[in-house]
Parts: sequence; C-alpha cells; structure tokens
Amino acid sequence: MRAAILLGIAAVALAACDSEPGSSPLGESPRLPDPRRGLLPEMTIPRPAGWGSERPTVPEGYRIEAIATDLRIPRQTLVLPNGDILVAEGSGGNAPALRPKDIIAGYIKSMGKSSVPGGNRLTLLRDADGDGTYEVRRVFADNLNAPYGLALVNGSLYVANQDALVRFDYREGQTEASGPPALVTNLPSQINHHWTKALAASPDGRHLYVGIGSNSNITERGMEAEVNRAMVWEIDARTGAHRPYATGLRNPTALTIQPGTDKLWAVVNERDEIGPDLVPDYLTSVQEGGFYGWPYSYWGQNVDDRVRPQDPEKVAAAIRPDYALGSHVAALGVAFSSEAMGARFADGVFVGEHGSWNRAEPVGYKVVFVPFRDGRPTGEPVDVVTGFLNGEGNARGRPVGVTLDPRGALIIADDLSNTVWRLTPAR
Amino acid sequence: MSATSVLLRPLHPLHPLHAIVLAFPLPLFLGALFSDIAYWMTFQIQWANFSSWLIAGGLLFGAFAVLWALVDLVRSRPGGRGRAAVYFGTLLAMWALGFINALVHAKDAFAIMPEALYLSAIVALLALVAAWVGYSGIRSGRIS
Repeated sequence: MRAAILLGIAAVALAACDSEPGSSPLGESPRLPDPRRGLLPEMTIPRPAGWGSERPTVPEGYRIEAIATDLRIPRQTLVLPNGDILVAEGSGGNAPALRPKDIIAGYIKSMGKSSVPGGNRLTLLRDADGDGTYEVRRVFADNLNAPYGLALVNGSLYVANQDALVRFDYREGQTEASGPPALVTNLPSQINHHWTKALAASPDGRHLYVGIGSNSNITERGMEAEVNRAMVWEIDARTGAHRPYATGLRNPTALTIQPGTDKLWAVVNERDEIGPDLVPDYLTSVQEGGFYGWPYSYWGQNVDDRVRPQDPEKVAAAIRPDYALGSHVAALGVAFSSEAMGARFADGVFVGEHGSWNRAEPVGYKVVFVPFRDGRPTGEPVDVVTGFLNGEGNARGRPVGVTLDPRGALIIADDLSNTVWRLTPAR
Repeated sequence: MSATSVLLRPLHPLHPLHAIVLAFPLPLFLGALFSDIAYWMTFQIQWANFSSWLIAGGLLFGAFAVLWALVDLVRSRPGGRGRAAVYFGTLLAMWALGFINALVHAKDAFAIMPEALYLSAIVALLALVAAWVGYSGIRSGRIS
C-alpha cells in the first residue's frame, strides 16, 4: 500500500522549477530564495504507520525507551523536582472553515494526525526506584481545555490551556491535584487557528510568558482576527495583569528560559505557501518590546506581498531572528541542555520538529540539537533522535515537546504514536 | 401587401431543467467578479471568501450545463451542429478557467491578486456568451 500521498505532483508540474531536497536554509544567516507558489501548494502528508517493534534512532552511546504509551495526544512535558513527569495531553482549535479550501486542506492534513481524541488532562509518570521504568501512572488533573504549556515555580504549577492560564498548588510528591485550578487570566481563544499556548516562568516566579499563535497562515482570516495574536504575553503571576512582551512572532510554539542569563527564548513556526524553502522556522532570544515581522515581513525585512494593507514602518522595525531551523520543520519543542546529557550535547538546545506538510520532500520529523557558543546558537543543527519517518515515507511518530531531566535525560512527547520517549546517555 | 402567412415556432427549445442549470453560472461568476473587485479595493478578506464560494457554486451548476450541452452536441442534427458546438465549447472553456480560478482563490490573502481579477472577468464573460448562445435557441423564428 502506498500510504504517503503526493498531491505536490500537479503543483510541481505547474511551478516553474523544482526544489532541491534538503536545501532548506539553516543557521544564523540563511540565504533565502524568492517566494513562489504553483496553482496548488506542495503537499506531502506522511501517513501514520506506528512503531511496532521499532524505536527511534539515537546517536552511538545513547539509548531511548518509551516510558508511557497509549496517551491521548501528549504535547508538552514538565519534569518536577522529585523526578516525576507531567504530560499535557490535548488537542484544541475551533477555527471554522471559511472557504472551500479550508474544508479540503483540513481533511488532507488530518490524515497525518492521530485519530485519538485529546485527553484534556495532565498525566503524572513516576519512576520511584530510579531504574528508568516509570511504573506509576496517574491522572494528575482532568477536565482541562487543551492544556499545552507547563511551568512550576514557587510551589505553583501553571498550566496554559487553549483559553486560559490556570494555577494549581503543588506539593512535592503529589500524584493528583488537590482540587480544580484557579484562574490566573483568560487567554485569546477566538478561532484559535493556532491554539497551542506555550508557557515559561521567569526564574523569580513573578512573571509568566505565554506564546499566542496567529489566527491564520498569513492574515487570510482578516486583520481583525489577529488582535492579540502572534505575540508573547508577559503576565503578572499574582494579579493576572498582562501586556505584550514581544510581537510579530507568527506561532511561538515553545518558550524557555536560558540558564545563567535568564533570557527568554522561543521556537517560532513561520508562514507557509511561498515555497518549499520559505520561510524558515526559527529559534530566537525574545527581546522585550521586539517586533519579529509577522505578518508584514519575514526574516527581517523580506516583505510578504500577500498582506494588505502593507506597513513599511513595521517592516523597517522587524528584528531578524537568531537562528533558522529550516523551513516547514514545525519546531514545537525547545529545551536547554546541560552537561548531564553528555559532552557532545552539553551546551545548546534540543528542538522537537513535528514535521512538514507544505513540502514535496518532508522535513523535520526528528529531534535536533542546536549547539551554542558564548550563549548564542552557532553552526549546523545536529540530528539527535530520528527514524520518525520509515522507509516508505510514512510517519511512525511525530515529536512535539522536549524537556530536560536534570538527572540526565531528554523527555520527548510524540503526539502521533501517543508515546513519551526518554533519551539517556548510556552509562 | 403580401399574402404570405407568418408562423412562429421555437427553433430549439431548452429543456426547463437545462434552462435552470444554465441560469446559475452567469450571476454566480459575475458576483465573483464584483466581490473580487471589492476585495481589490477594500482589502476586506470576506469579499475574497465570497468569491471562493460563488465560484464553487458556478462550477457546481456549470458542470451540469456542460454535460447537458455535450449531450445536445452529440445528438444535434447537421444543421444545428455548429451552434451546439459553439455552445458546448464556450461552456467548457468557462468551466475549465473557472476551475483554475477556484485554485487561484485558494491562495491566502492578497496572493490571489491580480490573477483572480483577470480570471473572474474572463469567466464571467464566457458565462455571458454561453448563456446568450444557449438561450438564443428559444427565440422564435420566422418561417413561411
């Protein structure tokens, strides 16, 4: 059975020229091609294949184990101080189809996703004896609304639902929340074309940063739908008061604080349908008050001609991000590493790449490591966990959130096979 | 004064159902042209959404008209074959360009311009010609 569907054939035939596979711009100063699009967007949707007896491929000297399976759309994880792992499970969004295209494209993209309904819950995993097997599994909290971002600070567990930031009190050792959560503040949730609400807490616990994705690919739901979207909010943990911290970030899907500098970093998913090698998804430090281009421009001052009315002043103000991860890779997870992950991966970030749809040759579908030097990303990304695509081009799994366990492990959520993976340096 | 009597009879009456499906493409494709113009002038995305659905409707009903025209062409007698061929050819061109126009309208935001505007104008014009030729068959002719 040929399960990978190739709708790109017509588009490639209609487009003036074809793409070279693997030529996606990368790194600190990527060279970007001109935008282009045929009559149809290039689409390749790897179909779900499952892992069977296979497991992801890892570098020599590392091992990977599934520590939980049969979850309900695991997206992001959080490692608690006692080593317990919380898994946010859910699937959100309620964007109505406005055009015939929305119905057709929505159906095609759904073929590359798990058919399991989202759990709307947090699952707790515990390895009490430290043997690497997580023998305890409990529902920590239920009846949430597509929970995604997780953060623990000052004894408070914050959960970013798709419509609200909520707080649980947390005592070490708890396997179940002591009650329903308290509301910190509501979050923009109209339409929720990009529904995931990424979350990071400032180290002092005073502020929370929430990533709010745009309500469209490139304003095709109207400018009005983009009020309070495509930005990172800074929220006062005590009062719930909030303000835009940085704007023009199309879909900031994961946020994290850099150890040592306490700077906020994000991975951001960029716009589609202007070619297989545009626009690079990126990793960047997030500057307070910074504007990162969306929708008016990308990668600094490259104007996106699809946006009307245009705004030359905003284009001129747009900040160029720090590091290109590659176009369409769909970075959904980011975690700073430490020496506990071994010398090769001691200084840098891990990035979970969910994988592309808008490209004839799929990209992403792996976890990479971006090396840092002097606190900045530098050089080419290194493949860490691969094998998410099988030989026939079908998807065994799709990585989402990545989290460092300071004891020496990387926790990887896989929302296609509904598995949580644990990568460890072999001892 | 001539003594010739004048009789009027339809040359080639359209079947009522054929007439009904042929009634859709012109107003729908013309509506798409107008809403494209509105989007071009206002940048309000809802006009582009309207165009997408109007084109989809024109294609749906237009497809039945194309089929009917094809059947008529196949069954036409030698005397009426030329007109039947023009009618079918115009409808087919309208539908094919209308389909390309639907794909153009599936691009995001202002990426549909300016092709959407040009295609909508051509398709509306073809729908007008097809309706003109199609309905001309009903016109009464003079025979002696």
